[in-house]
Amino acid sequence: MNYKIIRYVIGKILSIEAAMLLLPVLVCIGYGEPFLKEFGIPILALLLCGFLLGYKEPSDMKMYAKEGYVIVALSWILVSLFGALPLFLSGYVPNYLDCVFEAVSGFTTTGATILDDIEALTHGLLFWRSFTHWVGGMGVLVFLLAVIPASSSSSFMHLMRAEVAGPTVGKISSKIRDTARTLYIIYFVLTFIEIFLLVCGGMPVFDAFIHSFGTAGTGGFSNHSASIGFYQNPYFEIVISVFMIIFSFNFNLFYLVLIGKIKDALRSEELHAFLIVIAVSVFGIALNIRSMYGSFGTSLRTSLFQVASIISTTGYATVNFDLWPTLSKIVLMTLMFIGGCAGSTAGGLKMSRVVILFKTTRREINRMIHPHSVQTVRFEGRPVEELTARSINLYFSVYIFIFVLSMLLVMFEKRDFLTLFSAVSACLNNVGPGFGDVGAICSYSALTPLTKLTLTFDMLFGRLELFPMLVLFSPSIWTKNRSKE
Amino acid sequence: MKIVIIGLGKVGRSLAKNLSDDGHDIVVIDSQPQLVYDAVNSMDIQGISGNGASFEIQKEAGVNEADLLIAATSSDEINILSCFLAKKLGTKNTIARIRNQEYEKQLRYLRSELGLSMAINPEKEVAREISRIIRFPNAMNIESFARRKIELIEYRITENNPIANMKLSDLYGAVRVKVLICAVLRKGKTYIPTGNFVLETGDIIHLTATPRNLELFFRNLGLYKTKAKNVMIVGASNMGYYLARDLTDAGMSVKIIDNDEERCQKMSEKLPKALVIVGDANDSDLMEEEGIANTDAFVSLTGMDETNIILAVYALKQNVSKVIAKVNRKPFADIAVSGNLIDTVVSTGTVTSNMILQYVRAMQNAVGRKVASVNKIIRGNVNALEFNVHEGCTLIDIPFKNLKIKDNTLVAGIVRKNGDIIIPDGNTSFSIGDDVVIVTTDNKLDDLNEIVR
Repeated sequence: MNYKIIRYVIGKILSIEAAMLLLPVLVCIGYGEPFLKEFGIPILALLLCGFLLGYKEPSDMKMYAKEGYVIVALSWILVSLFGALPLFLSGYVPNYLDCVFEAVSGFTTTGATILDDIEALTHGLLFWRSFTHWVGGMGVLVFLLAVIPASSSSSFMHLMRAEVAGPTVGKISSKIRDTARTLYIIYFVLTFIEIFLLVCGGMPVFDAFIHSFGTAGTGGFSNHSASIGFYQNPYFEIVISVFMIIFSFNFNLFYLVLIGKIKDALRSEELHAFLIVIAVSVFGIALNIRSMYGSFGTSLRTSLFQVASIISTTGYATVNFDLWPTLSKIVLMTLMFIGGCAGSTAGGLKMSRVVILFKTTRREINRMIHPHSVQTVRFEGRPVEELTARSINLYFSVYIFIFVLSMLLVMFEKRDFLTLFSAVSACLNNVGPGFGDVGAICSYSALTPLTKLTLTFDMLFGRLELFPMLVLFSPSIWTKNRSKE
Repeated sequence: MKIVIIGLGKVGRSLAKNLSDDGHDIVVIDSQPQLVYDAVNSMDIQGISGNGASFEIQKEAGVNEADLLIAATSSDEINILSCFLAKKLGTKNTIARIRNQEYEKQLRYLRSELGLSMAINPEKEVAREISRIIRFPNAMNIESFARRKIELIEYRITENNPIANMKLSDLYGAVRVKVLICAVLRKGKTYIPTGNFVLETGDIIHLTATPRNLELFFRNLGLYKTKAKNVMIVGASNMGYYLARDLTDAGMSVKIIDNDEERCQKMSEKLPKALVIVGDANDSDLMEEEGIANTDAFVSLTGMDETNIILAVYALKQNVSKVIAKVNRKPFADIAVSGNLIDTVVSTGTVTSNMILQYVRAMQNAVGRKVASVNKIIRGNVNALEFNVHEGCTLIDIPFKNLKIKDNTLVAGIVRKNGDIIIPDGNTSFSIGDDVVIVTTDNKLDDLNEIVR
């Protein structure tokens, strides 16, 4: 273990978070709100820690997979702990655990909230809360990779792999720094387009920023308790639906479009599967809820918004979908698990994993009928390497295991099964709202501390795709190989 | 520059590492997914698994917009085909590794018809390097610069060596020959020495001088090894063939030992002047019978690194004055050299990748850098850079003692316009038209004017 590089990179991350906290300070100044206590103290604390940890560059910059995992897991935990400070110091939420829940929910782009009265918060706090979505969506470390000097980045690929979602991570250019930059530029431009479209439609500028951050990171924090339903505006609903879907595409596809390979981008098998699942769900739910809304057009629009919101794991709501028929709720629940595409800001299992899982299962069944047959699983037009297929199977098993463990831990809560089941799946998949007592119009504030803690970890597990967190807690990582003499 | 490398063998990996550290955009292609996976994890490069000679894969790697394609797979045919395809797709320059002797004869044709920029035969290059070392047995290694005018000799200070424990400023007084010690490797650390530096036993030094002075230096020290006359080579491989051919052409008497009768037969057909012996080189009776005690130089070139090391150690025990072993695996080579087992170790991968690196850096130079060539010496820790002195140089005609030259940087040699070779001292200065060799640990130096503080 190269402890020095872990210390160094985490120091840099904390300094970057200090810089990010300056943005809400600007908002506070703009609205004439106090900021010294809620933002000043965290900024100073972060600068101090960042300086102490990161000022001395280690002589050995070598990093292996295990350092990558540990850095990612540790820095996400630390960034969340510090990111919770503004809310805590502002005095709106007296309980630090609640603040951490809210911060983790922000950075992991979950969007589950413990705030019952969101409108009471200052603009600065609301902005920070949503901005964590934006940064967390693409990744804090990917941001770091985009700004570090080129020379020191040769072994930083492990960081990227541990943070970016999906079974395999493709670099879009040969330098990791260029890749990280390109990703952030695409991300930035798309977000800006959405802000522009929302402002054009008449949304207040501040609200447009908040909701675009929430959409881009596929998070789901809003500055209104009623979420998007507050506006009752079909134009906003359609714009946000479309962008929620766009942000759950694989970002490599945008890069392909950017360099003129539109045909290659459109040929993506994951994209096709994703769009088919969306289309089928939208029409299915629209038919199912037709009687609840006046016209078929309205129910189609509502269904589109909700499907997009859930499959992209954003968690915005225009209506209280808790009141929908069971069929629709089951469909939505399934979509939670599927999630967006690999390499996007969305959570869930990821479409590509689902497709490969489905294909390998079919092959294994075929093998039972023809025990000596040799079949390759193909995905995106090429054979899936056995290593990838195996790691996806492993991922699925670990995922189920963690799900069951979380269910056991939240059982102490005296609530109905649907509430608890949906709370765990909404947090593990980074969706946000679930059903029942944690539904679209309710919050997580009433849950017991143990449940909140479990769900906080679930959110981190979900965003970092299980393994970095598991590696962090493996004893063999922290034992020294050679005893000191 | 954008560079595509096909084949992740020793050469491919070492090239990818060095070129990516130089700041180039690298895409590697190999048919083994695991190799690609490992390479992408440890270097800042892009990787694709697949057949590098396939159109689809090359397009995916962006060969059409690459500046250079290097085909270094183990198969000549794939290398040739890859380069051919890449050229058609629009790559500007292509380099292929071609080792089959039958193809080698048509290299000229291949180069012009397929537009190959460079064809490398690793065995031949290694053989050339070995024969250079055998001709000057004092050196562990020899690097040449400025169109082979200036040579840098790697030399180990052994026990009881008169120059051990000597201050560099006292060296001239003791030996009465002008030589310059450019770099010292001591216990894994590299130093660019100044006059106060004291040499120690076990140091590996890099020194330069005019060829005549070099010989004098070792003669005055009483350490001169005469040019080898009898050379024994173990292993009748391609490399053995090239080496034996070079050495017999230079008038040396060569014995080749191999235990494969068929290979020996072929060798003797191709090399009438050499003596070919069928037998096991591990058999010390045979070695004694063939007069190992009377040979001047011993080269072990079998396919096994371990055997080569053991044979070399054995030859040293028999008081052979110059012993060279081919050791392809870098960790083995490091152990053999740092453990003082053998002086000189050559490896196919290093020689090949160094040649290609020099080519790439020269190419880059054409695109506007001021360095004429870059060589990595002392296991890649030190750069030996070549510059041409143009009018833009601000250091012209100032004696070096008046220049504040940076730490860890040293002017190692100057070739004047009229061909004179100068080993600089405090009174030397640059003049326009000089070719200058600078030795430095600074990786970013790329302008002659930057050598001063």
